[in-house]
Amino acid sequence: MIPELGHYALVLALLVAVAQTAIPLYGAAQGAGRLMAFAYQAAYIQFLLLAIAFAALIQSYLVSDFTVLNVVQNSHSLKPLLYKLSGAWGNHEGSLLLWVLMLALFGAGVALFGGNLPASLRARVLAIQALIAVGFLAFMLATSNPFIRVVPPPLDGNDLNPLLQDPGLAFHPPLLYLGYVGFSLVFSFAVAALIEGRVDPAWAGWVRPWTLIAWTALTAGIALGARWAYYELGWGGWWFWDPVENLSFMPWLAGTALLHSVSAVEKRGAFKAWTLLLAILAFSLSLLGTFIVRSGLLTSVHAFAVDPERGVFILALLCIAIGGSLALYAWRAPRLTPGGNFGTLSRESGLLLNNLLLSAACATVLAGTLYPLFLELASGTLVSVGPPFYAKTFVPLTIPLLILMGIGPMLAWKKADLSRVLSRLALAAGLSVAIGLLVAWLLGGGAIMAVFFLGLAAWLVLSSLTDLAERLRLFRVPLGDSLARLSGLPRRQWGMTLAHAGLGIAIAGMTASSVWKDERIETLMPGESMEIAGYVLTLEGVRRMTGPNYRAEQAALAVTYDGRAIDRLYPERRFYPVQQMPTSEAAIRITVGGDLYAVLGEGDPAEQGGFPVRVYFEPLVAWIWAGTLIMSVGGLLSIAARQPARRTAGRPTAPQPAE
Amino acid sequence: MRAKRKRLYILLSALLCFGGATALVLAAFDDSLAFFYAPKDLLAAPPGPQQAIRLGGLVEAGTLERAGREVRFQVTDRVESVPVLYSGVLPDLFREGQGVVVEGKLSPNGLFQAHRVLAKHDENYMPREVAEALKASGEWQPAAGGPAQAGAAQ
Repeated sequence: MIPELGHYALVLALLVAVAQTAIPLYGAAQGAGRLMAFAYQAAYIQFLLLAIAFAALIQSYLVSDFTVLNVVQNSHSLKPLLYKLSGAWGNHEGSLLLWVLMLALFGAGVALFGGNLPASLRARVLAIQALIAVGFLAFMLATSNPFIRVVPPPLDGNDLNPLLQDPGLAFHPPLLYLGYVGFSLVFSFAVAALIEGRVDPAWAGWVRPWTLIAWTALTAGIALGARWAYYELGWGGWWFWDPVENLSFMPWLAGTALLHSVSAVEKRGAFKAWTLLLAILAFSLSLLGTFIVRSGLLTSVHAFAVDPERGVFILALLCIAIGGSLALYAWRAPRLTPGGNFGTLSRESGLLLNNLLLSAACATVLAGTLYPLFLELASGTLVSVGPPFYAKTFVPLTIPLLILMGIGPMLAWKKADLSRVLSRLALAAGLSVAIGLLVAWLLGGGAIMAVFFLGLAAWLVLSSLTDLAERLRLFRVPLGDSLARLSGLPRRQWGMTLAHAGLGIAIAGMTASSVWKDERIETLMPGESMEIAGYVLTLEGVRRMTGPNYRAEQAALAVTYDGRAIDRLYPERRFYPVQQMPTSEAAIRITVGGDLYAVLGEGDPAEQGGFPVRVYFEPLVAWIWAGTLIMSVGGLLSIAARQPARRTAGRPTAPQPAE
Repeated sequence: MRAKRKRLYILLSALLCFGGATALVLAAFDDSLAFFYAPKDLLAAPPGPQQAIRLGGLVEAGTLERAGREVRFQVTDRVESVPVLYSGVLPDLFREGQGVVVEGKLSPNGLFQAHRVLAKHDENYMPREVAEALKASGEWQPAAGGPAQAGAAQ
């Protein structure tokens, strides 16, 4: 009964979405207020229906209803409650349902908070949002219905892939989807603006917070995914340039560019057409991310299902969404009124360069991700594009970007005095070089690129602090005045400073943990020890234990440093009988300087003379999580900023933050 | 005039960024792509010793030898076999008779020096490249539960 209710709600949601597309679009074209107002009610009903469908699926998982095929394929009665719950979206059908639920949530958000939008714009935005839902709901009902029953029902389910049985699953996909779907709303705003033929600072003011929500969620989602890969896969890697990772990274790059260009539209009316194009591209890349992962074109942990029928449907949806919006863009964008003028050296130029570099970097990732697919189609040759490719393409492009990130925020709109800005940044630049040289000296030379990137990381943090100090007029006016300025600093300023400095911290962590990672592999009998980075690990013993749906061997490793006992690590090897799959659970001791990461390997101790133990020392890896967290907090602060920002008349010459 | 000049600057910087990106991509395609080989292809047209490649197939049953950290095994497509040397801990899902992809270089003496071993485990799933390679060598037996089981029975 409950699954049928969910199924029925899905069908109703599709019908509502069709109406929500057609009626408001017609109403807006005719200027009929009541027809446009239909969009608001429809958006609420749409959300309610999808919430019912989602709740029905969750309920089926919670009670382990094995008459539902989706539950049979992805759950098991012995699975812990958290994974029964999160398992509902740990598969193709369930994750699509979560996707459309979020789509409807954003729609309802616009209906609720969009009171200050012009009626026709709000109606059109909601109509486009519903049009996206039509595509997704039709796809779900035709090929990926999560509520299909199975007769006769089996006694128990197939369980969820053990690699996915982790708290990470509860947060990583929903946050990523929040990001992807957030861009759907920005896309709807862009298409609505193209239909209206008007983009103005007010439009950018409405779009900006939604872009920020998407960006913040995507930042946190990608960071969580990297952290999950880091501890779950058992070799301490947090990013592999795996196609699936790239597919979530590209919308982030496009979204970051969008975030910056939207603020140029908002403040100066510049880059209107370009911003619309970026909005379309950011969502197109999100769609590509959602669908390529699901289409089975790529094999990875993330690819749940391979089904040619789905592939064709997906391709059609992608063509309609991306092709249609780009065609609309080509037709309507030239009619937009050109934006404000700006000098060669100005905040606008800085943002333009930022956008060009981010887009070029995004293009290299796209090339590396799709090239193997095209090559296979064209010549049948199988090829893989791995980290060396990205080290030679993406990484060099980030260098000018990171340097620019320090300078850009201090440039004034319209016309900037570059020499003045540079002289203020001289201290930060000098200190960054000094930090780089110090690291090189401490390590006795070696990895030049790594030293360079640590210098760049320092530059990002220091230049952000310089920018902040400039705004407070620190040491130029009495300290009390600076403090008064501090409390009056707009939240957007804090958002930008935190985001830029957070990226610097994260880059320091990424650089150090990839270049100076240390690894030791030894076979230990109980009582024997191994050493890494000054730590001594002694195997105390290995015991067998039983979990709810797995068996495990757990090693106890005593950790000493300088002869002092400081910790004990318990890495596990698990075996999940239902899926016949072994996994490793790493034990990690997290410190600011670096993580100590222990894994119990596989092997017969009698045959090999001990238990294989793998230990890594990952310098500064915690900085990645700290840095990305700071970036997300920056995003949140910026969302919470009061709108619109055109208020303080006190300091007309002071440069305004970029976002 | 000014607007024209500005447009020129914008165009130039766009060209510089995207031209630079294209140049980087093309240069990287030249030397950092890892082509996929089945054992048969590897012996028919061996790549140079400096060329990083991926070799995929089944871990031939009964060929796995461990000596401390060093592991030796043979990768086969049921037509040819290639000996592989790997130093490190094998992934959790590595099994004799099952699909595997190894990354590394082929030494002139015919030994494949792997620096990474990728294994996926499933009764009916194996790395796509491996499945393709087995289909190409005519050893794909989907009806018999896939080559994985057939390999284990060998």
